[in-house]
Amino acid sequence: MAGLFAAGVVLFLILKAVLVPKGFGVYGHYRAGALADNRVRAPRFAGRSACIECHTDERDAWKGGKHAGVGCEACHGALAKHAEDPSASNAFKPDPNTICFTCHLTNAAKPRKFPQIDPKNHFDGGACNGCHSPHAPDKEPKK
Amino acid sequence: MSSDRRDFVLTAGKLLVLTAPAAAYLEAVETGKAEEPAYKMAEHYWGMIVDVDKCIGCGNCVRACKTENDVPVEPYFFRTWVERYHVAEGAEHPDVDSPDGGYSGFPEKYAAGDGAKSFFVPKLCNQCAHSPCTQVCPVGATFESPDGAVLVDKSYCLGCRYCVQACPYGCRFIDPRTKTVDKCNLCYHRITKGLTTACCESCPTGARQLVDLKDPKDPVHDFLRDHKIQVLKPQLATGAKVYYNGLDGSVR
Repeated sequence: MAGLFAAGVVLFLILKAVLVPKGFGVYGHYRAGALADNRVRAPRFAGRSACIECHTDERDAWKGGKHAGVGCEACHGALAKHAEDPSASNAFKPDPNTICFTCHLTNAAKPRKFPQIDPKNHFDGGACNGCHSPHAPDKEPKK
Repeated sequence: MSSDRRDFVLTAGKLLVLTAPAAAYLEAVETGKAEEPAYKMAEHYWGMIVDVDKCIGCGNCVRACKTENDVPVEPYFFRTWVERYHVAEGAEHPDVDSPDGGYSGFPEKYAAGDGAKSFFVPKLCNQCAHSPCTQVCPVGATFESPDGAVLVDKSYCLGCRYCVQACPYGCRFIDPRTKTVDKCNLCYHRITKGLTTACCESCPTGARQLVDLKDPKDPVHDFLRDHKIQVLKPQLATGAKVYYNGLDGSVR
């Protein structure tokens, strides 16, 4: 009887060692290695601080303006690859008449204080950046 | 005889206590150092602030999230999405819509000055401290990390969908490619490298801000003091850590 019990215990211990993954229970009821698995992917957005390391002219134009809170990649797309190797890919140059209206097209649900444009009574068919500087629209007008 | 037994119990007890540190040490030796020295989990506790009054419904966060996290573009899978609320005066229920989760912005649907109030609400995983989704997982494949993010162990997930049903905020989906669950992990691969999340990085108005509640220099502490903050479904006591400013009572 005692032998059977001992065999059961041994079998249980062997099964437990085989089935419970490594690191399970170190921090809680999960595999500790899952934390590292979640960390491992490479970012696709480099972050604005990486952009302005090289693009100092754009930084100077952009800082202090109304768009200073808008990250570079909000308009120019995800550019971590470009930040790693500038020759790899170029920044996406958005069409001003599309990208500006992504935010500034009038909509009843937008906060009232947010500047909104109704193309019917503002837009003359030209490009937005003909009059407004995209990096700092409130600084000196472009022309 | 009784003294012998006492000695035996004492020695055995000491040896038993020693096995835990010995096992931990052995584990550390075998796996190498468990944690990267640059990022210390104990020094962070992540959450997010959403300022409803600043959201313009541009959908930048939704697009950035899908790009950063390789979320399927079909409009049924979102780690974050934006809802538009339209609350007529005295109405019992709000009209809520979210075309493609806000991926392509929000085409004008309501006339300005129609007597109703209308606003956008960005949604994402609330990174609950007492999360219902982690409690129902039968295999421990989703969990609250020590630094406050609710993560998924994709290599261990069975795809049983219990957590999808348990989440009161509808933040989880089954990835059609892997048949395992996916959700916002607060860009864990970014925040542990000192970057902010993809949605915060691309939000043009600062309506979303990543916060480190353990960092005394984080401006979040001032923000939380100076504003009236609410979390979604507080009655469920999920310990949600996405703090909304300017949240209307109609938002569910």
